[in-house]
Formats: sequence, structure tokens, C-alpha cells
Amino acid sequence: MVGYTESITDPSYKGQILLQTYPLIGNYGVNSRDFESDSPKVEGYIVHELCRRPNHWTSSMDLDTFLEKYDVPGLENIDTRALTKKIRTHGTMLGILQVYYEKEKPSIDGLLEDVKQVQDPNQRDLVNEVCPKKIYSHPSNSNFKTVLVDCGVKRSILAHLIDREIEVIQIPPSCNADDILSFKPNGILISNGPGDPKRIDYLIDTLKEVFEYDIPIFGICLGAQIIALAWKGNTYKLKFGHRGQNHPCLNLETNNCHITSQNHGYAIDPKSLEKTELEITYVNANDGTVEGIKHKGSKISAVQWHPEASPGPNDTQAFFDEFLREIK
Amino acid sequence: MNEGITSFPQFDYSGSQALKALREENIEAVLINPNIATIQTSYRMADKVYLEPCVPEILEQIIKREKPDGILLGFGGQTGLNLGIELHRMGILQREGVRVLGTNIETIERTEDRELFKESMEKINVPIPLSEAAYTVDDSLRIGKDIGYPVIVRVAYTLGGGGSGIAKNRNELKDITRKAFKQSMVHQVLIEQSLNGWKEIEYEVMRDFDDNTITVAGLENFDPLGIHTGDSIVVAPTQTLTNREYQMLRSASIRVIRGLGIIGECNIQFGLDPESEKYVTIEVNARLSRSSALASKATGYPLAYISAKLAIGYLLPELKNKVTGVTTACFEPTLDYLVVKIPRWDFQKFKGARYLIGPQMKSVGEVMGIGRCFEEALQKAIRELEIDKSGFVCNDENEMQNESKKSIIEKLQNPTNERLFLISKALKSGISVEEISEVTKIDAWFIHKLQNIIKVEAKIRKLKSIRKSTNFINTLKEAKKLGFSDGQLAKCLSIKESKVRSLRKNFKIFPSFKIIDTMAAEWASQTNYCYITYGGDYDDIDFRDLKKILVLGSGCIRIGSSVEFDYCTMNTVWAIKEEGLDEVIVLNNNPETVSTDFDMSDKLYFEEITLERVMDIIERENPIGTVVSVGGQTSNNLAIPLMKNGFNLIGTTATSIDMAEDRSKFSSLLRRLGVPQPRWRMLTSIDGTIKFAEEVGYPVIIRPSYVLSGAAMRVARNKRELKEYIGLAAKISRDYPVVVSKFIENAKELEVDAVCDGRSVLIGAIIEHIEQAGTHSGDANMVIPPQNVDEKIISKIENYTTMIAKTLRIRGPFNIQFVVKGDKVYVIELNLRASRSMPFSSKSNGIPLIWAGSKVMVGRTLDELKIKSRKIYHASVKSPTFSFSRIKGADPVLDVEMSSTGEAACLDYDFSNALLKAFIAAGFKIPKVGSKVLITVCDIDKLRAINISKQLTKLGYKIVATKGTANFLKKNRVENVSILKKISEGSNEILQEISGGKIEAVINTQTHHYNDNRRSDGSIIRRAASEFSIPVFTKIETAEAFVEALSKGGFKILNAKALDDYFPRHVLSLI
Repeated sequence: MVGYTESITDPSYKGQILLQTYPLIGNYGVNSRDFESDSPKVEGYIVHELCRRPNHWTSSMDLDTFLEKYDVPGLENIDTRALTKKIRTHGTMLGILQVYYEKEKPSIDGLLEDVKQVQDPNQRDLVNEVCPKKIYSHPSNSNFKTVLVDCGVKRSILAHLIDREIEVIQIPPSCNADDILSFKPNGILISNGPGDPKRIDYLIDTLKEVFEYDIPIFGICLGAQIIALAWKGNTYKLKFGHRGQNHPCLNLETNNCHITSQNHGYAIDPKSLEKTELEITYVNANDGTVEGIKHKGSKISAVQWHPEASPGPNDTQAFFDEFLREIK
Repeated sequence: MNEGITSFPQFDYSGSQALKALREENIEAVLINPNIATIQTSYRMADKVYLEPCVPEILEQIIKREKPDGILLGFGGQTGLNLGIELHRMGILQREGVRVLGTNIETIERTEDRELFKESMEKINVPIPLSEAAYTVDDSLRIGKDIGYPVIVRVAYTLGGGGSGIAKNRNELKDITRKAFKQSMVHQVLIEQSLNGWKEIEYEVMRDFDDNTITVAGLENFDPLGIHTGDSIVVAPTQTLTNREYQMLRSASIRVIRGLGIIGECNIQFGLDPESEKYVTIEVNARLSRSSALASKATGYPLAYISAKLAIGYLLPELKNKVTGVTTACFEPTLDYLVVKIPRWDFQKFKGARYLIGPQMKSVGEVMGIGRCFEEALQKAIRELEIDKSGFVCNDENEMQNESKKSIIEKLQNPTNERLFLISKALKSGISVEEISEVTKIDAWFIHKLQNIIKVEAKIRKLKSIRKSTNFINTLKEAKKLGFSDGQLAKCLSIKESKVRSLRKNFKIFPSFKIIDTMAAEWASQTNYCYITYGGDYDDIDFRDLKKILVLGSGCIRIGSSVEFDYCTMNTVWAIKEEGLDEVIVLNNNPETVSTDFDMSDKLYFEEITLERVMDIIERENPIGTVVSVGGQTSNNLAIPLMKNGFNLIGTTATSIDMAEDRSKFSSLLRRLGVPQPRWRMLTSIDGTIKFAEEVGYPVIIRPSYVLSGAAMRVARNKRELKEYIGLAAKISRDYPVVVSKFIENAKELEVDAVCDGRSVLIGAIIEHIEQAGTHSGDANMVIPPQNVDEKIISKIENYTTMIAKTLRIRGPFNIQFVVKGDKVYVIELNLRASRSMPFSSKSNGIPLIWAGSKVMVGRTLDELKIKSRKIYHASVKSPTFSFSRIKGADPVLDVEMSSTGEAACLDYDFSNALLKAFIAAGFKIPKVGSKVLITVCDIDKLRAINISKQLTKLGYKIVATKGTANFLKKNRVENVSILKKISEGSNEILQEISGGKIEAVINTQTHHYNDNRRSDGSIIRRAASEFSIPVFTKIETAEAFVEALSKGGFKILNAKALDDYFPRHVLSLI
């Protein structure tokens, strides 16, 4: 119901058309402070009602203008609930947004033919489309240094690290183990990102090498899936993914339940972890899917949700504190 | 638990949910609540019910008797919390080993005591407004100076912020604090920085023993801070907050609930600067509240039910989301619609009341509109208010009178109950959105939306002719999306409403039927919680061909229609469901009630109760019929229109209803049966009115069909009063006739609640009013069985009742009101529907009237049901509760128009004890022995005042009186009467004695029925007494009964008894 700017600019949405279930979107306009990356990442945007007269002291433009500025096509005034139910029933599906001129009659058959021609974005290396092409370094006064493997990181993840005065080396996922080790990091954080984790096999291979060095490795979302894969676990595609700001995650150790922000279409297969050294730390209280894992012996830990929230509840920011503790 | 404005229906909802939660766990629940009209006070819900006053002395008796293991305090509003604190302070809970379940007393005190609260908030770094507690008036003045005016005065431990106010200067502060100290239990008030113009945001937060915490809903007030949230229009979810702001406040809510250690539910109110991220926490309610009822209905999350489970030790992740049945309760609902709540005020029912709204709550009820856009939800809610508004626009032409921009802007600055409609006028006058927002401090986002409605209205009015053009159809569609009713469109297009409907059908413009599922369709759910919108193209509901009945609920709580009709609605649902129905469907729109809980019926439509909507539902659901007779007047009014549209009614036919409601038809029926009725005539001119009044003799009752201001009904004692009223307050013309009827003076009023199956009649109860005829039946104290009525009269009443019912072939519940003078019995009113008093009748006599009434509606006979009238050996007294003290300027005087906002009833084997209990239950504070009682009565009551005074003196009270009354009493050998000077004599003596706490009861009656003289002594005295929470008797009969009851032994000898001490249990689960 809040946080559309954050979602639209979230790199994990690369390759996707985003459909909002809440019917009124754009109420408070757009301000750049809410950006999770430099620009919109969604391919298309569907809302029930787009607000053209926003009102907020932080707003610099309305949402329509913003999307137009970045050439993001959108659709409004449709029954978004009906479309949501369709996706719930049939799973996430390919779609096209087609513009027609007034009085032009759309051909449903033609569109159905067209949509078959659309390439499944998950076949693409989406991570490569959103990750940095070079290394950025964010120095700090502290002695703690982390390598952030940026698969399309959300700005607020970086902000959380910087807030904790951690020196961050932001690297593309294509860097190899030597590159990573050359920074002598105290810890490694693998970020969120779009698409099928198996598509990022190069990073999985790199990680396998890095494991040897006993550096704490944390992962968020795609990062968690990559850690699972590197440790010989498996991942699978969910029917329609977990998205939104109200996903309950149960800590299996304490039995406490956290409300989390989520955005993922793939998940870790719990069965596949049985013969690995990974164990499940959190599950989704609604459908029992894996929400957190850790290594039984080393300081490797990851969550499937977004502790940085943005948008969503800030209840699990302790994840970053824990990371800081581990690398200290 | 019963008292005042803030604590009725929503606590029936919360209490009922709690009882349901306990029953599932096989926990025996003992319920203490004297609000007899509630659904929860039934053995269907609780294992034991005490209709007893919620005061510590009675509670102690019940605790000793029942030996409960634990006590739940958070489900009965502020009354429940206050009582818990008192029981704890008196050591009763500790002594009897009763555990406080859920939030503990220490925490409750921390939320209630401002200083402790401040300390707690500082500890967790949550900002609160600049403030300081004051313990004396002088204290407060110093603090006011420190903080800087304007300041808000808040009073600890009161319902809905009673006694609170804004002080713009020293004098106002002095005035408010003096009164406040009188009201507060702890003699402490808070002087606070005024944050007028800030946004007001609320969160409903839940926490369990293991610290799992969720925020179930965020609510945003349309009106800025400074207007009590109960008097604000509220939307859910929040609309104008960014993610950062929303999460900032959400995180603060979680820190607050954890910091305070609340278990279960709490409501947290924040102020948010509209131009920065500054915020303050204003208030925490560690209990179910009006807002939590709203949040519950807005989201589909059963807050009270879950809260009860948490109180008995469950953890959130262990509980299931009741809507989906599979997902966990430890989640936060997401909405794909929005709701708008609008308060309902009944200022016109309070004589002399000021219509301004502010920090003190004055509304009596509220409605909630659901839509897929703000405009739709708002316009639906406006219609649900039933205040003769067809939406945000297209209302009475009077509103369209020219007015200067300056004058409109001036009016906008002082919020009243009409402000929303003034904005409509402002926009139409060309005042800009920005300017309106600037003046009202309402976020421009909302005003822009309002302007959309204005624009679309203009667009429709511009449509030249009705034809099937794309433009016409699209405009119609657009209007329907913004919540325009067919009636509004009809006004704009100058055609009939039915024509709009048929046009729409031709153009295939239909609403879609959606469900509320807490998950925005992300999970499949079994929910039956439905609403109807034009903001969609597909239905969520499969309309299956089943045996269904639609039951129309009562809508908005207002004066004259409260929780009793919700009781009737629900008891009907249960009774007819037993008759082999596949689906009993409820239509209602009140977020405070039990019937709008989606799991109480097979299907719930949370919708407008208008002809258009009811037909929409019937056309799709195709029920075998519709019950219109259990939701009070709202649903009853739809009987004839539904019949005319060819729809089937369950129960009494529309023809019979028409015969009862059409005065002429009803009169000729009575004439045929030989049943007397006071003489009346429908008149269209003042002259004719006077002529008729003189023919039958004054006083007369005047009922205009169109009222300009003030009350609708009025008694005129002479020509002057008659002319004055018709001239000033009402219209009279051929289009607006006035009904004048003879008012029978010094007469007794009785009522019958009964059921007829078409052939035989079951008389459930004959009720005697304690006050004479002329006090509205909703305001009168009543007793079952009659105490002072001759057997012959009783049988006459029974006779008339039976005759009328059989002749009209009534099928279902009905109520007849009688006036008795000498041995003559007159019929004054017949209601062919469930009446306000039916829960009272049923629970007093142990006869399940609504159950029986519903069964006969679907074809059962009374013979089959085997229910007989029963002889009872106890008395049951019902007392009204009033809210005069929070309505500024309202004169607490009783009249032919109803003004009570709630009721309490108690049973006892002794009439006097039942009466005393009912008075206490209704909030009367029994004056302390040794205190003063002020008596100032009119001449005709003086004789009766002698005995009252003597009895009071004997009981140890001191009598004070104004000169006339005092001299009269002295002459009649009443000893020790002190004289106080009248206010009109230029003395403040009386007011000082009242405000100083010396006078603890006032008996003040007047010859004339109410005349608007607000400066009369009587009016000022009554007003002062009510503001200082002192009992005021404005009818001599009430005072007599009260004093009589005191003489019998009073408070000390009251014994608490459960309902099953009077009736067998199997009966009690049906009533």
C-alpha cells in the first residue's frame, strides 16, 4: 500500500511487469530519496488507479511523469484483483503491454500469438543487466571491510552497511575468487538480484572457492539461493513468488515470527538441504517455504526476505547487526 | 459494560468475539454487563451472564460467588479498564486470587496515567507532545504559560476523552480545568502542546507473551489532529504517507507496545507533521476500542478474537488467519480496497447543543463504506449515514444557496458535523483545493479526490439527452465508479431513479461483487465477507442456486437505533438458519457491531442499505425472500419499495406494514375494531392547525414532515407555542403536511412486545413506563412486569393487541405503544417489526421473542414452537444512558424526542432493588448520605415533592431548594430546608454548590415542555449538574421511584444474581 517508488526501482524486478494489488498508487508522488537504484527497473507497471494529483512535501513529480521520463509503459483502470487471481491460479506468466490507438480494435488472438514469442526473461542473464560493471569502494573509518557481491543490490542494503561504518567494496558477481580475496574482506555479503539463481553459475563457482577461506558469508534473497546452490542445495521456481510487505517468517530456534518484506520468484528446496551442511533457520509461516539458512560449522547465513525492507517493515534489521558481529 | 457515548456497540462486537474465543477453549466465561440489548449477554455466547452494574462492590460479590481464575478487562471499553484498576486498588483481585489476563494492571496504569506514560515513552525514545500534568487549576495555568497557548487539556481516565478541550487563552484554560478536575478519577489533567493541523495516524498493534508483534492496520484521519478520532472521517489503509513515514510510525508502534508490555491489542495514535518527518505519540489505548473495531472490519482481521486468545496464553504464530483458514494469524493484512469511516452525529436531538466538533468526541455512531477508490467509499459511507444525503453532491438544493467565498472560508475554519458538505460547496464556489486544504488542514490529496466528484457531477449534468452514445455510457460508468448512486444520477439527469437503473442495465453497467480476504487475493480464501463496487469487472463470488434468505441489518448507530437492532438481526439469522436454509445473508454497514463480523452469518454484505443496493444483491443472489422487520426503521422503510419492485418479503406483508404506517388506514382499522386512539389530523396550514388544536384542546403533539432545525416532534401547550414552533422550526404546506394529535396529559404509558403467526398471538411482555406519557419510550425508565397497573387494564391491552395482530395477519414480531388514562386505553403507535425493547422483553421474561418471531416468519406456528407466556416473580428495570455531558450546550431534559444513547437493565426479586441497580448501571452516582439534594420543581409537582423531601431527609440528605419550592416544603413540614438564591436573581450560589461537590443530586422539573430558553435557571442548573456528573431528575416520577428505592435499603442490600438464577438455561441460549 506504500512503497511503489522503492519497488519500481528495485533491480530484482528486472524483466518483470509489476502489478500492484492496492488500487490507489502514486498518492504521494515520487522523490529520489526512495530510489532503490538509479532508475526504474520494472519493464511495465499495472495499477488500478494512478494518482495524478499527488500531495506530499517530498514529491518532486507525479508517478506518471516519472514512468514516462524513463520510458516505462504502464496500464491503469483495469480490474487488478481479477488479474491477481489469474496469476494466483495459473502462476506468474509472460505478458505484453500493447498500445493501441483510439478506435483501433485489439485482436485477442493476435496478442495471444504475440505473447508466445516473448522471450522468458528468466532465460536471460538478468543479473548481468542490473549489476555494476566495475568495482566501487565505499571507505569508512572502521577496520571492518566487507565485499558486497552486487547482483543488483538495493541501495538500502548498501546504506545499512555504511550506517554501521563498514567499509564496503561493491563488486560485480562476475569477479572471481581471487578478486574477492584480494580485498582481504572480513565478510562477504551476496545481494539480492533478479531472475533464476541457477543462471548465475559463475558466482556459484566463485563462492565454492571462497568457502575454503572461512570468511563469514551472508546472503539476502538471491544471495541466499546462491549460497544454497553453492553448497549443493537446490532451488525451484515458485508458482507466483512471494512479494509484498507482510510475509511472516518463523525463526525455528526461538519460534518467534517476524513480518518481512519479500520479493522473490525462486525458493530453496528444503529437501535438497538434507544432505548438505546447511540447515534451515527460518520458514515462511504461511506456506512453509525456506526463509533462512545457515551453515552448521562456518559463519554462513542467509535470509530469503529483505531485512533492509524498503519498502516494508523494519523489524528484521538486526540481520545487519548480526553480520557486523560476525565480521568483527 | 455500559456507559456513555463511547462504550456501546463496538464492545458488543469485542465482547462477543472474546466469548467465542474462550468457548473454543472450553473455558467457562462469566460475563458482567448490564447492557441488556447486547448479543453477548446471552447464554449462546457466555456460560453465565450477570446483568448487573459494573461497580466494584457488585463485582466483588460476583467474584466471590463465581471464583473465576482470571479476569479480562480489555473488552468492555474504558469502563472495563477503570473497573479493573479499581478492583486492583481495592485489593479485591489479589484477595480472591483472580489473575488479570492479557495486559496487566501496572501496564494499564502506565497507559492511563500521563506522567507514567511520558516516562515510559522517554525510556524508549518515542517522542510525545510537550506536556505537563497539573493537579490544581493554578498548576495548569502556570503550565499553560510555559508551553504557550493554544494548549490541549486532556483528562485521564475518561471515556472518549470526556472533559478534554482546547484552551486558546488563560481564561478558557481555567474554565476547562475546573470542570475536568471534577470528572477525573485521579484529579489530574494534562496540559499539552497543541498540534493542530498535523496528520493523525493510528495503528492497531498486537503482541503476544513471546514478544511476537504485528501491526494489523494503519488508519489515517481525513481530519487533522485536533478533532477527536471518533469524530473524524477515517480511511484505511493510510493514503498520504510514504513508505518511510509509514514504517517510521509502524516501528514506533512496535517499540511502544513492547516498551509498555501490552499483551493483546492496543491502539496507538500519532501526530505527524505534514511537512517533515517529525511525529509524536499522542495516546495508547491498551484495550479494544472504537478504532480497533473499525480496523477489524476494515481488514477482516478479528482483532478482539485473537486478542482474547493471546490473553489466555496463545502465541500469534500458533493461531490461524480465520479468513483463509490456512495461513497464520501472525501476519499483517493487505488491502486491495479502501474503507472510509464517517461518524454520525445527532446534535439536533440535543436541545441547545452546539454543532462544533473538536478534541472531545460527540458522535453517537459511525458507518464504513468500502470501495476501490476513495470517492466511491466516501459516497457510499455518506449514504449509509442516513442523514438525507445522497452522497457528496446532489443533496438538498438549500445547500446550493449563494454564499460568499469569504463566508464559506470562515465557516470551514470551525469544523462542524456539516464540514464535509461545506467543502462541496466551497469547491463549487470555485475556492481552490489548495486554499481549502490550507484552511481546513485536510490533506490536499483528499480534497483533490473530492473535486473529482464535483467534476463528474458537472459532466453528467452537461449530458444533453439520454441516448446510447459512447460518451453517455462512459460518463455513466465513470460516475458509478466514483460512487454515484442511481438516485444521484437521476437528480443530475432529471429523470426517475428507476429509469437510471433500467438505462444502466441496457448499457450493461453492473457492479462487481468482491470479497475481503485479508491477503489481496494472494491466497485463496473461503471468506464470505463481501462488498460491491463499480471498480472492477469480475465477481469473486459464485452465485449458486441455493435456498437463501437475506436479512437487512440496522445500519448506523444513532439515537433511536442502537445495538438492540443488531441483537434482533443476529437472533433472526440464527433462528432461521435452523430452518434448513443453505445461506442466511446479512446486509449491514456498521463497523461497530456483531452482525458485521463475517463469521456470524453465512454471508455478509458490508454495504449500503438502500433500495438500489438491496436490489443489486437480490438480483444476483436470488434469495427466497428478504427480512426487513428486524433492523429497525432503516430496513423497515424498504418493505414497500421492495414489494413494489416485485420482491418477496419474509414475514409480515408489505400491505400490512403499509396499513400500520399509513395513519389514515391505521385509524380506520382501529375504528373498525373499536380501539381508541388519541384524536389527530393531518393539516396543511397554520390556521387549520390552530383550529384543530382548539377543537381537541391543548396540549397537542406536532409532527411535521419537514423540519428546518431542531427536533422533529414537539408538544405545544398553547397557541403561542404552536405558532412559534411551526413558524420557526418546521415547514407547513400542501407538500409538507403536519400531523397534529391530542396529547393526553398525566397518563401512563405502556408497551407490548409480541409475536403473531397470522393466527395466534404470543405476548412477550407488557412494559410499564415509570415516567408519564410524553417522555419518549427510548428515554423512559421501564419495568417488567407492570407494577402499578390494574388487571382490567392489562387484559384490555392484551385484548387490543390480539385483535390488531390478527386483523393485520402479522407474521413476525411487533410492538404496540399504549397510553392509559383512567380506565381508557389508547393505542398511540404500532410497529410491525422488532422493537427497541425486544431484547429487554425477552431477557426480562425469559421468552425468546426474536427467535419465535423469526420462526413464524418462515412458516412455523406458535403452537409448534411451544412457547408460552410465563409468570415471573422478579422485576426487571431498564434505564437509559445519556451523553449530555460531552455535548456542549445540550440541556439534559427529557421530551417527546429521544435523546438517550444507550441503556442498562437489571433484574431483582424486589422492584426497588432492580430500579436502583438499573440506575447505577446506567451511570447514576448515588449521592452520599449527608450530601445536599437540590429540589426545584414546578407547581404541579410540588405536592409530590413533599414526600420525596421527607424521605430524603429521613435518609440523612440535606434538602436545598429555591425560594418557591423551599417555602412550600417548609409549609408542609419538611424540616431543614435551606434556600439557595436563583441564578436569575443574580446569584451563583447554586452553581458553586454544584461545582464544589456539595450538591450531589438535582431534582428539577418544569411545567412547560421544553422551550429553547437556554438561559432559564432550570436549563443552566441541569447543564451544570450533567457537566459535573451529578444525577439530574427532570421528571418527578423518576425522582419518586429513585427515592423510594433508596428508602428500601439502598445500595448496601443489592445482591448480584446471574440470569440463570431467574430462568432455566435452555431458554437463556435463545434470548
